[in-house]
Amino acid sequence: MKLKPLIFATLACACAGFSYATPADDAIKEGILLLGNGSEPHSLDPHINSSLNGHHVVVSLIEGLIAPHPTDDNIPMPGMAEKWEHDDYTVWTFHLREATWTNGEPVTANDFLYGFQRILSPKLGSQYSEMLFSMKNAKAFNEGEIEDFSQVGAIAVDDRTLKVTLNGPVLYFLNMIKHESWFPVNKTTVEKYGAIDDPANNWIREEYVGNGPFKLKNWQMNQIIEVEKNPDYWDAENVLLNGIKFYPIASSNTEDQTFNRGGLHKTYEVPADLIPVYQERKDSNLRIDPFLGSYFYALNNTVPPLDNPKVRKALSYAVNRNSIVRRITKGGQTAAATFTPSGISGYEPSPVAEFNPKKARELLAEAGYPGGEGFPKLTLLFNTLESHKAIAEAVQEMWLKILGVEIELRNQEWKVFVDTISDGNFQIARYGWIGDYLYPDTFLRILHSDSGQNDSRYSNPVYDRLLDESFVEVDPKKRLDILAEAEAIMLEDMPIIPIYHYVRPIRLDPRVKGWHPKSIGIRNYKGIYFEN
Amino acid sequence: MLRFIFIRLGQAIPILLAIYTITFFMVRAAPGGPFSQERKVAPHIIEQQMEYYGFNDPIHVQFFRTLWQHITFDFPPLTSYPGLTSKDIIADTFPVSLQLGLLAMIVALSISLPIGILAAARKNTVLDYAPMSMAMVGICLPTFVIGPLLALLFGVWLGWLNISGWFSVYDRILPACTLGLFYAAYIARLTRGGMLETLNMDYIRSARAKGASERRVVLVHALRGGIMPVVSFFGPALAGLISGSFVVETIFQVPGLGRHFIQAALSRDHSLILSTVLFYAALIIVANMIVDIVQILLNPKLRYQ
Repeated sequence: MKLKPLIFATLACACAGFSYATPADDAIKEGILLLGNGSEPHSLDPHINSSLNGHHVVVSLIEGLIAPHPTDDNIPMPGMAEKWEHDDYTVWTFHLREATWTNGEPVTANDFLYGFQRILSPKLGSQYSEMLFSMKNAKAFNEGEIEDFSQVGAIAVDDRTLKVTLNGPVLYFLNMIKHESWFPVNKTTVEKYGAIDDPANNWIREEYVGNGPFKLKNWQMNQIIEVEKNPDYWDAENVLLNGIKFYPIASSNTEDQTFNRGGLHKTYEVPADLIPVYQERKDSNLRIDPFLGSYFYALNNTVPPLDNPKVRKALSYAVNRNSIVRRITKGGQTAAATFTPSGISGYEPSPVAEFNPKKARELLAEAGYPGGEGFPKLTLLFNTLESHKAIAEAVQEMWLKILGVEIELRNQEWKVFVDTISDGNFQIARYGWIGDYLYPDTFLRILHSDSGQNDSRYSNPVYDRLLDESFVEVDPKKRLDILAEAEAIMLEDMPIIPIYHYVRPIRLDPRVKGWHPKSIGIRNYKGIYFEN
Repeated sequence: MLRFIFIRLGQAIPILLAIYTITFFMVRAAPGGPFSQERKVAPHIIEQQMEYYGFNDPIHVQFFRTLWQHITFDFPPLTSYPGLTSKDIIADTFPVSLQLGLLAMIVALSISLPIGILAAARKNTVLDYAPMSMAMVGICLPTFVIGPLLALLFGVWLGWLNISGWFSVYDRILPACTLGLFYAAYIARLTRGGMLETLNMDYIRSARAKGASERRVVLVHALRGGIMPVVSFFGPALAGLISGSFVVETIFQVPGLGRHFIQAALSRDHSLILSTVLFYAALIIVANMIVDIVQILLNPKLRYQ
């Protein structure tokens, strides 16, 4: 009897709870976008940051020569550069627009030079300095071979004209310089808080001076990064948001619950086990966007029997990728028939990595291991994570059933894992690669014999030559054809086993407009607005 | 008493030194370094970084330099957050963890003490079995189960409280309750055990014989001895609580110290690992000392020892 009023009271309170405007509702009224941002970025300095979380914030605060296009990553959109021209894709001249830093100083060509000099300074130890190596003498300066920055291929013709000379033609240069490693910084501010090449220079926390559509308002570690509209931005009238709040919510489950509670407009990710649940429920907030990334197994091409291409191909043909994406990853990932993911306009490599058990068995027999007989027990290494383990177990099972090959699984903590593969102490290892810019290079380069990233230790002179040839080819179509040929040759050798191509599952409030699917994470927040 | 405190503080120095030494070498011995990562960085860049952070110096130089930095509170920049030092991190996050820990302790004590006392006073009745079974469940349910359940109930279903963040006073409720409930279960059982033992003692019988009321016997005579186990548990528990809880901080997105503890180890940030470990050690030492003092105050017998 006494329970009844209690239940009613609880229900009444619950209903009252529901009828309250959520933080997301309130924020929409104020024109503030609430974004989940993964974890705390280790820096917001464009020349030091190497994380995606930091990157998402930096692009709202600083604008480079070319701005990210709201819908299509292939289209260059004028940023600080109003217009540009090039000479055979090798010498680029950028005409800067009239723009100011948040401290009132004008943005000049020298600010870009200062940025280039800073990221290339050996002492700064920037992890992304390599992004600038296509610029003449940039590598030599970064490696300390030359100390005079004026020898590097960038000059300020005048305050508003910047001329960049590259080592050779780079057709996708405009795509590449959207990356924050090419961003300018305000010299006065940087030097106020330390030397140009001091990694601990704390200008980002003391006084963040940018030139982007937003400016830094509040930064509390592991709590919030708040940016507000920059009224002095050159295109301020087209900035439709009044601000963005980035929440570094490290746990994807907490983030998802926060979204359900109405605390976010967009999540950074979706917990893998919830994706199929939301798909089944036809959740209108769930969106699966493309993402330029490849998940694969690196094979150590120098250890027997993996030094035999037939063995590598046999292993690859025995992997049922469709089954992996359908039954294990379940997040909308696509089975990888190539190394380079799709989405790069004009690039279509022939799909090679298919599932063909018969061919797999034949190749293994040809390699001298019929039915897996005499095949040594190999180890598959992955970094400790449930999802990697599930895929590894599936592949272990496939190889055993189809090829009669037994492998051992071993997991290691991240830093240990990274060191182990760098040292080459592995046979088969899980690997993931995310593209830095929209061009096949960003993937194919890592398997070049000279690449430091080539942990498979793959070396094919023909592949290397084709890549090198592509670097100097100025005809866009020809260049992509050469790269497609190179990829086909590489996949014929199968130094790696592509498994799937990444996607970016997010949950997005349908009232947020202008958040277009993009395969590269670089986003222009100025095209985003709320539905009335 | 002052002499006792000085002796205890004196003993703390070699303990901290030992902890420093062990941690220093364990961190150095762990595979993987602060600069190992999937995206390869040119060897000369790694070399520059190693030089900048002083990792190229002989190990004994690094050992004494880092020790001196900790004695003088003059910390080097961190490898995981360039521009910040351990001091910045601890100064920024410890107040949050302290607040969360104290609130959790209040939650824990205000639930567990009455339950424990009642269970002991009404031994082998429903009032004993019911709360004690609940406490057993509470001990078995880890915070990563209680936390999301509370978040689901009060955050998503009822919509009363925020699930993540540490902005308003209300944001303290869910994390403090999650952490507090877990400790409450332990303390309730400890209280009951301690009380039962005390209630069987001769002086309690004397008190009853003298005609003291049951309430007076339990709350005045027995309680003082009965909560001794709780007090012993309290010291390390308090240190653990106020130095942050990795799980609760992660579940509710609380910007506390606990997460840095784990994150520092994962990112092999040598300086941050050492500072957080030493800070935690110092907290435990101080908390234990306070417990000893409280015990002396509660138990006159100890005063003579």
